[in-house]
Amino acid sequence: MKDLYLVFKNLTRKKMRLFLTLFATFIAFTIFGTLTAFQKAFDSGVDLAADDRLIVVNKINFTQVLPISYVNRIAAVDDVEALTHLNWFGGYYQDPRNQMGMFAVDAENFLDVYPELLVTDEERESWFGNRQGLIAGESIAKRFGWEKGDRIPVNSNIFSKRDGSTSWDFDVVAIYQGEEEQTDTSSVYFHYEYFNETQSFGGDFVGFIGLRTSDPSRNEAVITEIDDMFANSPAETETVPEKAFNKAFLEQIGNLSLILTSVVFAAFFVILVIVGNSMMLSIRERTAEIGVMKTLGFTSTRIFRMVLSESLLLALLGGVLGLLASRLLVVLVNEAPIQLPTLVVDGRVWTDALLFMIGLGFVTGIVPAVNALRLNIITALSRG
Amino acid sequence: MSDEILFDLKGVSKEFVKGKETITVFDGLDMSIASGDFLAIMGPSGSGKTTLLNMLGGVDQPTSGEIWFDGSRIDSLSESQLAAWRANNIGFIFQFYNLMPMLNAERNVELPMLLTRLGRSERKKNIAAALELVSLSDRAKHMPKEMSGGQQQRVAIARALVSDPKLLLCDEPTGDLDRQTANEILTMLQTLNRDYGKTILMVTHDPAAAKYAKRTLHLDKGEFVEKDLAA
Repeated sequence: MKDLYLVFKNLTRKKMRLFLTLFATFIAFTIFGTLTAFQKAFDSGVDLAADDRLIVVNKINFTQVLPISYVNRIAAVDDVEALTHLNWFGGYYQDPRNQMGMFAVDAENFLDVYPELLVTDEERESWFGNRQGLIAGESIAKRFGWEKGDRIPVNSNIFSKRDGSTSWDFDVVAIYQGEEEQTDTSSVYFHYEYFNETQSFGGDFVGFIGLRTSDPSRNEAVITEIDDMFANSPAETETVPEKAFNKAFLEQIGNLSLILTSVVFAAFFVILVIVGNSMMLSIRERTAEIGVMKTLGFTSTRIFRMVLSESLLLALLGGVLGLLASRLLVVLVNEAPIQLPTLVVDGRVWTDALLFMIGLGFVTGIVPAVNALRLNIITALSRG
Repeated sequence: MSDEILFDLKGVSKEFVKGKETITVFDGLDMSIASGDFLAIMGPSGSGKTTLLNMLGGVDQPTSGEIWFDGSRIDSLSESQLAAWRANNIGFIFQFYNLMPMLNAERNVELPMLLTRLGRSERKKNIAAALELVSLSDRAKHMPKEMSGGQQQRVAIARALVSDPKLLLCDEPTGDLDRQTANEILTMLQTLNRDYGKTILMVTHDPAAAKYAKRTLHLDKGEFVEKDLAA
């Protein structure tokens, strides 16, 4: 503790250098915090997917439809506990740029298959009793300013109604919340019957089927039974765990994880060079002072600890400020009117960041600290 | 000056290897410093003054021979043991003051006490006493760059004194000062020796400075020639 004052005074002796080094570290950890939040948000679709949930899609690809008759046949398979079907609607609100994840679903069973979408019993009943009712996630409701009880027009960029229009009217009956902070609340769900009866593309088809099994250990057996059931039919199925489905979906965009990790590491590499160089320079300038301290009786290991503490303190200070900035940035992004998953700078990001800060402090401080440790007093004083 | 021997050098040799050449600075040097002595060491450049000072201060070790301090042998101590020994027994005063530029006067004086178990309040008391002794109480909060050379050297003397060492080692303490300020500093050292019983060893080029010492040893090619200036 006695040395902390010396560490602090050494750190702050050149204000401009301290500012620039802190700023570089700050930027690196702002990038780290923000991009990690993005990565976690995209990964959350995979991470939060239920282990006992399976997705049944057309084997050709998931944009091809399945006959609605499959629903009852799959429901009869052993160990299928609950089942619903979903159709991508291609909905947008007011402007084609306001695209949203909107699905026509089997409302009666939908919330049993996706229990992480939280509505009250009253809202659930209200939805079941209103064929034009829709439930909207809180983030999309916030984005468009919807409130429970609103009647809203929604257009589809895929389907048209039998009267030729592309606009459907809906009653917002519930704003659902997510069970977890990162549960997706940017989607909208409405009755399949309303969709099926009003759209003009023919009927009785579903986009894909979501189901829950009695136990994740039964997944493989259920998958085999379903896919075997429809083998050699005009619409063969491919049944996959939800995690795998979401992962494959994300991979269509590209290897986001690799891209984000590369950006973060590039930022850290630059910071490593900047901070490392700054620390080396700073200690080199203090050679004579280190010699004096050793002469007075400060041991080499104590000076080693002080130099290392200095670089750790620098990394922690810049890093914590950077992470706080990324938290602020994430709040702003979450509140912005754009379609993105909920970003969170949570405890895990903080833990990872703290490990990076300690690593950065150690890597940038170890060489100057070892140099200070090895510094011979006579050599040091002669450089003064 | 008492008869008690504080430093005793027995057959000390010191060699440096420079490339393929071995330079012998001392070859079997014997020397004693009594407790309470004020000894000036003079000599031409390369005579070994600084090497001797470094060995006495425990920052350099002899190639062979023995160095005894207050009844204990110090030439065989480890680096960390020597660091502790220096902290407990030696006060250093350098030619260029060597104050920490980011610390004010009282924090500079406090440095050696960070190596002790003294609490903050006790340290503050000792700092005040040391600064009082060098007549710089009113400059306690001043940074080194805000003080003259003489004032900085007085802070350095306060730093050397604050942990009450047995020996003050001064390396050209007035080499960077004008004559009047140099005289003030030397008078202060003389007072510390005479009134407070501090043993002082001072390396200097300046014969006028050496006159403040009780005795002067002239070092030439690693050997002493003694002249008693007090006589």
